[in-house]
Amino acid sequence: MSAKALGPVRRKFAPWNDSSAVPLIQIRDVSKAFGSFTAVNSVSLDIYEREFFALLGPSGCGKTTLMRMLAGFETPSAGSISIAGEDLAGIPPHKRPVNMMFQSYALFPHMSVEKNIAFGLEMDRLPKGEIAARVEEMLKLVKLEEFAKRKPHQLSGGQRQRVALARSIAKRPKVLLLDEPLGALDKKLREETQFELLDLQMALGMTFVIVTHDQDEAMTMADRIAVMNHGQFVQISPPAELYEQPVSKYVADFIGDINLLEGRVTKNERGHIVLGSEVTGGRIEASGETVAGLGDKAWFAVRPEKVSIDLQPPNDPTVNTASGTVWDIGYVGDISVYHVKLDNGGTMRASIANTRRVVERPISWEDKVFLTWAPDSGIVLTK
Amino acid sequence: MKRLSLFNVVSLTLGFTFLYLPIVLLVIYSFNAGRSVAVWGGWSTKWYGSVFESQQLLDAAWITLEVGVLSASVATILGTMAAIALARHGRFHGRTLFSAMVYAPLVMPEVITGLSLLLLFVALNMDRGFWTIVLSHITFTMCFVAVVVQSRLSSFDRSIEEAALDLGCTPFMTFFRITLPIILPAVISAWMLAFTLSLDDLVIASFTTGPGATTLPMKIYSDVRLGVKPEINAICSLMVAVVTIAVVIASVLTKHQEVERERAERLAANAP
Repeated sequence: MSAKALGPVRRKFAPWNDSSAVPLIQIRDVSKAFGSFTAVNSVSLDIYEREFFALLGPSGCGKTTLMRMLAGFETPSAGSISIAGEDLAGIPPHKRPVNMMFQSYALFPHMSVEKNIAFGLEMDRLPKGEIAARVEEMLKLVKLEEFAKRKPHQLSGGQRQRVALARSIAKRPKVLLLDEPLGALDKKLREETQFELLDLQMALGMTFVIVTHDQDEAMTMADRIAVMNHGQFVQISPPAELYEQPVSKYVADFIGDINLLEGRVTKNERGHIVLGSEVTGGRIEASGETVAGLGDKAWFAVRPEKVSIDLQPPNDPTVNTASGTVWDIGYVGDISVYHVKLDNGGTMRASIANTRRVVERPISWEDKVFLTWAPDSGIVLTK
Repeated sequence: MKRLSLFNVVSLTLGFTFLYLPIVLLVIYSFNAGRSVAVWGGWSTKWYGSVFESQQLLDAAWITLEVGVLSASVATILGTMAAIALARHGRFHGRTLFSAMVYAPLVMPEVITGLSLLLLFVALNMDRGFWTIVLSHITFTMCFVAVVVQSRLSSFDRSIEEAALDLGCTPFMTFFRITLPIILPAVISAWMLAFTLSLDDLVIASFTTGPGATTLPMKIYSDVRLGVKPEINAICSLMVAVVTIAVVIASVLTKHQEVERERAERLAANAP
């Protein structure tokens, strides 16, 4: 799709940095307990108009419960939720200005595709002509014009997904909630659909809140991602920030692949940090800030693609280095991931883009290698 | 297709003989020209004619039908409501007790159900007759309805109802526009089950009946005690025919649905 066209627009879109911006959805200290189990534990969050917001986390982290509280299917045990300044407490699902696309699609099996899409509009008692026009518009939008008369069980999985989407946006809600919307699709279709959803959200100017456990999905589509664990937000950031500046080992590890090198802070002054690390057998130079004091335990987190791998030791002895032997090579097609057993114990991963066709690898199993990385290629984490 | 072994042939033959020999004999003897129920006197359909001339038998058949339709309809409504309460509203107070109590009449001996209902009607000083039979049949068929409908609801995707609510449908309308149409086949078969049970019942009807309200099973039973008349064979054969036709229609409908679904799934699989 037109990623280039989206680029500048989406980069500029950052109302969460604008102190004068009024959030569309305000979640304040919301908790939800089921018996003795706390699914959501006192979370607060602002979501802005036209934002594509992702709730990301492993199953059971509370993301679905939070979304169901937005839709009105669960009542918060504490706290408040408001949309466009209106407190939603006590407002039943059928009176809320949000619509939801369900993970199972939840299509009405006894109704045709067009009846499914028209259902919400009929509930609003719109005139017949307007309903017909809107249904046609929706069918066109999701490219299902020829399937209008079919029943849901006469459609493929991808088509059902598009019916569910069309039905949930037909009423033009202020907020669309999407519960694992692409979970049931195969990989190829999922990737296509991600971009279709993005285009659609741009075209409609709606606010999307998506729940997903798939980090690629969240990274591709969302303006901001909230990483959840044990009913709380661990970090709320735009995708690039989440990837490059995770706040904790949990986030670093959850999003993508990462090397975590344990050490102790031996120097921390004005953006220059040095860790003494047994893993690499020496010191790790890092740039950036950290709250850790001298002697504190810390981790240097660096992504595999930012680690260089070479058969020769680096010319400059001051550069960050770890030596080891190649233990395994994961060939993924576009990249190769080298698992290196370090001489001082532990393993590190370095990934190399396969810019040429690999017939014979320059670096192979059992080779003695040197891993190097720049001080600003990673980040120092304290938790 | 595997061929049947000798063992299979023998067991099938024995099984079907046990099941159907008495019924086949009944049907054959209903065409007996002779008066005796045991001695064959040639083919005739005259007993069928005399069934339709016997006002008593026709009255009894009419009452049975009325009781069946009325009680099955009320039992279906009440049983469906109970099933929804049990399947939907998760952990309300006393749910376990309530669900056990709904199922208890399934295993309760009919004599006890009949007797307790009789005692109730006497205590309430109700005139026994048509309406007391209807009430009793509602009572004992309701639990069968609840079981059938609840098993359908347990495989019902709850999010379909939530989707309707989400789209602005009130909970009340959601039941009629979404839930009921989807579970309708189960509700219909529950009605048919309740109707059949009511049609069959002799024991409970005998306990709760009064003057002027004689159902067909009661009439047949009392006539047989005075000696089996050929008319009885005829009317029983007619009942067998009605039940058979109903069962055949029901299974043809089910089969038709299955074929439709398979066809739809093939269509979906070939879709772009």
